[in-house]
Amino acid sequence: MIDTNTGGQGPIPPASAPDRRAARKRRLRSIAGTVLSLALTLLGLLLVTFIIGRVMPIDPVLKVVGDRATQAQYDAAYQAMGLDQPLVVQFFRYLTEVLTGDFGRSISTGQPVIEDIKRVFPATLELATLGTLIGVSIGVPLGVIAAARRGGIIDQVARVVALVGYSMPIFWLGLMGLLLFYGILGWVGGPGRQGIIYDGMVPHVTGMILVDSLIAGDWGAFRDAFSHIILPASLLGYFSLAYISRMTRSFMLEQLSAEYITTGRVKGLSERAVIWRHAFRNISIPLVTVIALSFGSLLEGSVLTEIIFSWPGLGQYITKTLLAGDMNAVLGGTVVVGTCFIGLNLLSDLLYRVLDPRSK
Amino acid sequence: MKHLLTPRAILLASALAIAPAAYAETPADTLVIAATIDDIISLDPAQTFEFSGNDVNRNTYDRLVDFDPLDMEAGFKPSLAESWEMSEDGMSITFTMREGVTFHSGNPVRAEDAAWSLQRVVKLNKTPAFILTQFGFTPENVEEKITFDGNKLTLNLDKAYAQSFILNCLTAMVASVVDKETVMANAEGEDFGNTWLNTNEAGSGAFELAAWRPNEAVQLIAYEDYWRGASEMKRVVVRNVPESSAQRLLLEQGDIDAARDLTPTDVEALSEAEGIKIQNEPRGRILYMGLNQKDELLSNPAVIEAMKYLVDYEGITNSFLKGMFVTHQSFLPQGYLGELKENPWTYDVEKAKQILADAGIEGGTVTTKIRDLREYIDVAQTLQGAMAEVGLTLEIEQMTGAQVLDAYRAREVPIFLGEWGPDYSDPNTNAATFAYNPDNSDEAKATGLLAWRNAYAVPTEMGEATEAATLEQDSEKRGQMYRDIQKQYQAEAPIIPLFQRIANTGLQENVQNWNTGGAVTSVMYHQVTKGE
Repeated sequence: MIDTNTGGQGPIPPASAPDRRAARKRRLRSIAGTVLSLALTLLGLLLVTFIIGRVMPIDPVLKVVGDRATQAQYDAAYQAMGLDQPLVVQFFRYLTEVLTGDFGRSISTGQPVIEDIKRVFPATLELATLGTLIGVSIGVPLGVIAAARRGGIIDQVARVVALVGYSMPIFWLGLMGLLLFYGILGWVGGPGRQGIIYDGMVPHVTGMILVDSLIAGDWGAFRDAFSHIILPASLLGYFSLAYISRMTRSFMLEQLSAEYITTGRVKGLSERAVIWRHAFRNISIPLVTVIALSFGSLLEGSVLTEIIFSWPGLGQYITKTLLAGDMNAVLGGTVVVGTCFIGLNLLSDLLYRVLDPRSK
Repeated sequence: MKHLLTPRAILLASALAIAPAAYAETPADTLVIAATIDDIISLDPAQTFEFSGNDVNRNTYDRLVDFDPLDMEAGFKPSLAESWEMSEDGMSITFTMREGVTFHSGNPVRAEDAAWSLQRVVKLNKTPAFILTQFGFTPENVEEKITFDGNKLTLNLDKAYAQSFILNCLTAMVASVVDKETVMANAEGEDFGNTWLNTNEAGSGAFELAAWRPNEAVQLIAYEDYWRGASEMKRVVVRNVPESSAQRLLLEQGDIDAARDLTPTDVEALSEAEGIKIQNEPRGRILYMGLNQKDELLSNPAVIEAMKYLVDYEGITNSFLKGMFVTHQSFLPQGYLGELKENPWTYDVEKAKQILADAGIEGGTVTTKIRDLREYIDVAQTLQGAMAEVGLTLEIEQMTGAQVLDAYRAREVPIFLGEWGPDYSDPNTNAATFAYNPDNSDEAKATGLLAWRNAYAVPTEMGEATEAATLEQDSEKRGQMYRDIQKQYQAEAPIIPLFQRIANTGLQENVQNWNTGGAVTSVMYHQVTKGE
C-alpha cells in the first residue's frame, strides 16, 4: 500500500499519518541497511579474494603468454594487464570497472568473465537445485520419522545413511554410481549435461537445460537432460540428505521433549498431530537456515562431482581459474557465490517472517 | 501437494522419465571425441599455442604446406601452395598459390591473404610469432620481406636457410592462412581482428567452427566446398571430459567414438573390451631431467654422468609409465629429421657409484621442486631411491605446474623433471632450446631456452653447429649434423632426455584413419571414416 496522504483530503484518521510515516521510514531504513550491508559484504569479499589472489605464488602473465615467451613479450603482457601498478591502484581500477558492469576478461578462456559466468552458473544452479530438492524431500521426512521413533529401525537406517553420506569420498561414490547406473544398467545418461545429439539444439534462454527444453517444448531434449542430471543431482542430494536428516532429527528431538508436546499428548492429540502440526511447525525456522546453507554450499559448486560428471559448472570454473592465477574470473565467481549466500540469507529472513507469527 | 513429493513418487517419476531413453551408438556421419580441452584460451592462429587450440585450428585452417594424414612419412606436402621455388642465392622462396580454393566465407584464397596472415603474426607478436620471426621478420620490415604478386607469394629471408627448415616451420599452426577481408571487417582498433578471432574462425580448412564453449565442448561442421573434397564426417564434437574413467565408460557405452586421455589402467582394461581398439602413436613430448648448473654438486661432471645411470628406464616404462612413455635418450623425438635411435644409458647403480667414487664424491643433498603430477612425482621418487643408494639425498617439494614453471624460468629448480613439446616440426625446434644458449648470464634472461633455465653454458662449437644446421640445404647432411650434435650432447650435457610420450587413443572398432598428428602436428579429422 502506498501512502497517498496529500494533507487533509479524504477521511484519514488524524493519528494514523505519523504512524504510517514512521513505519515507512523504518521500512526504508531497513532496506537501506540491507543494501548497505550487502554492498559492504561484497566489497569485503572482493578485497579479501583480491589480496589472496595477489599473494598467491602463481604468475598470471605466464598463463597469457605461455612458457615459450621471450622476456619482452612477458613484460608487454605484464604491463597490459596492469600488474606494474601498486596493488591499491589495481584494486580500485578493478572496482570501478565492476561498478560499470565490466568484470574483465578471463585469461583462461579468453572470454569476458560475465559470459563465462552466464554459461557456468546455470549449470551449477540446475544441479544444486535438483540436488537440494532431493535432499530435502527425503532428508526432512527421514529426520522427522527417525526422531519420532527414536531407536527404531528407521532411526538406525537414517543413522547409517547419514554416516555413509558423511564419510564416503564423493569421488569414489560418483564413479561407482556411473559404473552401475550408466555403465552396467544403462538407466541414466553418461558424463556431460546432454547427449551428443541434443548438444546445442535447445535454444539458450536461462542456460538451465531442463528449463530451456521445457520452454522450447522439446520433450526429447528434456528427457535426455534429465537422464544426465539425475545421477549427479542424486549424489549431491544424498550428501545434503545426510546433513539435513541429521539436523532435522536433532531439532525434532529437542521439540518432542518440550512440555507443550507432553501437554498435547495428555490432552489426547493424535501422535500425527503432535509431530507434524506442533513439533514440526516449530522446527521449520532453524530448518530453513539449514536448508539454505546446504543449498548455498552446493551453489558454490561441487568441484569433484563436476569433474567426474564432466559438468561445466561454477566449481570447476573457479578452481581452474584460481590455479591459473586468473583473478578476473575468480573475483567474478566470488561475487556470484557471495551474492548467492547473501540472497539466500535474505530469503531465509523473509521466510522467518512468514513462518514465525511473532516476527510480524 | 505434499504427498506428490514423497520419495516413492520421485523415484517413480525418475524411472518413467529415464526408461524410454535409448543409448545407441553415435550417428554414422558424426565423430564424437572425449578429451581434456580446458587448455584452450584462444583460437586465433597468431596466438594459439595450446595443444587443444592447435587441434581445432589444424582442422579449420589450411597452411601453405601441410602433412598428409595418410602419409606422414613423406613430411610436408603442397597444400594452399601448389609449388615453391628457392632463389639461386637461397635468400628467398616463392610460392605459387593453388587456384579455386575458397574460405568458409566464400572469398577466394589469394596470395594476398597468405601474405597478410604471415605479416599479421609478426605484427601482433604473440608467443608463437617466433616461429616466423626467426627468419628475420620484424614488425617494421615485414611488409617488404613478405610480398605478393598475383598468385605468387615471396618470403625474403635474412639468411640462406635450409628449405626443409622454412617449410617445416610453415606447417605450424601459426602459419595458417586467414581470410583477410572477413577478419578486417571484425577488427577493433589496431588488433588485426585478434579479439574476434580468439573466439571465431576465418579459415579454408576441412571444417568450420560451429561452437566453442570453454571447458565444455568444441563443435565442427564439415565445409562442403573444401578443395580436397568434403569430409565424410559431417560433424565433429569434442567434449571436455577430464576424468579418464569417465572417458572409458563413455567409450564402452558407445556414446563416443574416441577417448584421448586414458590412463594406462584404463587403456589396459579397454584393450580387452569387445568392439574397441587402442591406437598408439609417439607424440613429440620429451620427458627430461635438467640439472641446474648453478648447483655446485650438480655441476660436477661426475655427478652429471652418474645421474644418467640412476634412472630405472626399463622399470619405469614397464610400471607406472607403461603405455604413456617409451625410453628415449636424445632431445629430438622419434619421427623427426635427425632422430637418434640409440639409447646409451641403462639403470646401473654400481656404475654410478664407481663414477662418483673415482671423482671423490662421497655424498650430498639436493632439494628440488617437482610438479604435483602423478607421473613426475613417481619418477622423482624412483630417482630419490636410486640416489640414496649412491649416497646422494634428494628432497622433493611438490608444487603446482605454474609454481614450478615460475621457479624454473628464474633458474631456481636444481633438478627439473618435466616435459618439453616441440613447437614446430623441424629439428631446430628442440636443438635451439636444448643445445643453444649464446649468453648464459642471469642478465640475458633467455627464459625461453631450456639450456639457459638450467644455467648450462652450451659449448661454443655446439651452439655454432646448431646454427649451421639451419642453413644446410642437403637434408641428408642436415640430419647427420643433428645426430652429431645429439651424440655430443649425450656425452656432456647436464640436461638428460629420458622418455618420449606415447598417445593412446581408445577408438570404436569402426573408426578408420584416426590420426592425432604423431610427433609433428595436431589431430586431423578430414580423412577419418566410420565403417560398418
